[in-house]
Amino acid sequence: MNSATNSGRALPRAGCALPWALVTPALGWTLLFFVLPFLAMGFSSLTAHDGGGFTLANYSQFFANPAYWQAMVNSLQVTAIVTLISVLLAYPFAWILAEQVPERWQRLALMLAVLPFWTSYVVRSYSWLLVLAQNGVINRALTGSGLFSEPVQLANTRLATVIGFVHFFVMLLTLTIFANLKQLSPSYRKAAADLGAGPVRTFLHVILPLTLPGIMVGAFLTFVLCIGDYITPQILGGNNELLMPQLVMMQIGRRGDFPLASALSIILMAVVTVAYLACARWLKIERA
Amino acid sequence: MRALVRIASWLYAAAVYGFIFLPVVVLVLFSLQATSFPIPPFTGPSLRWYDAVLADTRLTSALVNSLLVAALSSAIAVTLGFLSAWGFARFVLPGSALLRGLITLPLTVSYLIIGMGLLVLFNWAGVPKSLLAAGIGHVVINLPLCFAIIYSQMGDHQINIERAARDLGAPEWKVLLLITVPVMAPAIFAGFFLSMTFSWDEFVISFLLTRFDTTLPVEIWNLLRSGLNPKTNAVGSLVFAVSIVLVVLFELMLLRRKPA
Repeated sequence: MNSATNSGRALPRAGCALPWALVTPALGWTLLFFVLPFLAMGFSSLTAHDGGGFTLANYSQFFANPAYWQAMVNSLQVTAIVTLISVLLAYPFAWILAEQVPERWQRLALMLAVLPFWTSYVVRSYSWLLVLAQNGVINRALTGSGLFSEPVQLANTRLATVIGFVHFFVMLLTLTIFANLKQLSPSYRKAAADLGAGPVRTFLHVILPLTLPGIMVGAFLTFVLCIGDYITPQILGGNNELLMPQLVMMQIGRRGDFPLASALSIILMAVVTVAYLACARWLKIERA
Repeated sequence: MRALVRIASWLYAAAVYGFIFLPVVVLVLFSLQATSFPIPPFTGPSLRWYDAVLADTRLTSALVNSLLVAALSSAIAVTLGFLSAWGFARFVLPGSALLRGLITLPLTVSYLIIGMGLLVLFNWAGVPKSLLAAGIGHVVINLPLCFAIIYSQMGDHQINIERAARDLGAPEWKVLLLITVPVMAPAIFAGFFLSMTFSWDEFVISFLLTRFDTTLPVEIWNLLRSGLNPKTNAVGSLVFAVSIVLVVLFELMLLRRKPA
């Protein structure tokens, strides 16, 4: 990261055109296919669907229409639940992998633990649909064992969406928390033990606070990916309850209303940005 | 106490592994179903649904499309990422931090929004929906990744090797091709395979930007409309297998980097 500072000495002809020739393609691509589309989206969000000039109607519609508002509330609720459950499930798991599994098996154990992470979203969500369906594996087990006489409605509920999300984010968080735990120097633990702290106190007062910034990063990543995902709620939650990405896609699919879809996307992005700013400040305090 | 923690740990880990693998096992198991519904009881094993997948030209051509888009978009992403990483790591450029920030910015934006933006832009510019459009979107999501991976691996010891080559009279293009690329090969391959994996699995951008010729995840999505179907299990299992191969290659690249 710091190589840029001393590379001037490495190459005296830094003023020539070569460095610009190297970085311009990447910058150009980003400007043309990332920044420009974003501006186009912003512009589109300020126009009316049926032609005509500048309007704020697409934004005011979001605030005026309770159904749209509800989608945002649903998204935030689902995302919060998913993030919380995923962190609570993944932390002990990552801890076990890092502390209880013998060193030489750790790499394999971790690789196995995140293997399904690499399947596509669509396939992963479909797989959960198989598990949760009316006559799927879980319902067969429940009715077969005599615990329930009727199959339970699992698919097409918020619960299904949450399970699908948690499945993915437990793997993601296990990766980040595991890396965090492995980076801790063993001398912290030794120092705590020398000072007379038992394993529980060492964990609560040393390990946990030291891994907290890492957890926050993972939790933020979970938040961003979760709130922007369309597939999992669409396949597992169905249309009983809409989340923001579903609402955005609905505007394009059914009505071809690009301006409204753009406005909703920008609102969604604004929420993520606010979360980022809140999170960034919290992290800074934590590190200081 | 210690033994208790150990037993509790094993039980907990077993439960989480069970949770993680439950859908995958169900997916693969019922892809071998002999009858027409991928639900219990298991009636296989049978390979008839894999035959059905391979006989379905829509699926096989989507598979070829996916591989093509993944390979080409990853090649572009890794090339642009490598060149810019080299430029930023080796030369002092005005506003370097800002420009590097710009290149990595797409990492913080969800695919849905990147896809939406491109859809609006292409719609205005009159660019038709196509695999090319989706490929452009895939470069947008993978370029920051390739850049970040390669840039973070450009250390000072590599500068010295490059400097030695220049002192010995090598022109810039020779330094690049004969020194920098071979030295950076593990990071370049890692970026390439990670991009392949992401592009191969990507859904929403392809969904928004393609129409008739499309990628495999979108075609699988179309299959889902017919409900639960062992054919979907079979094609899902195949997709999973390809992803695993890509990830293992990626892991091997990382392992190769270790001793260096």
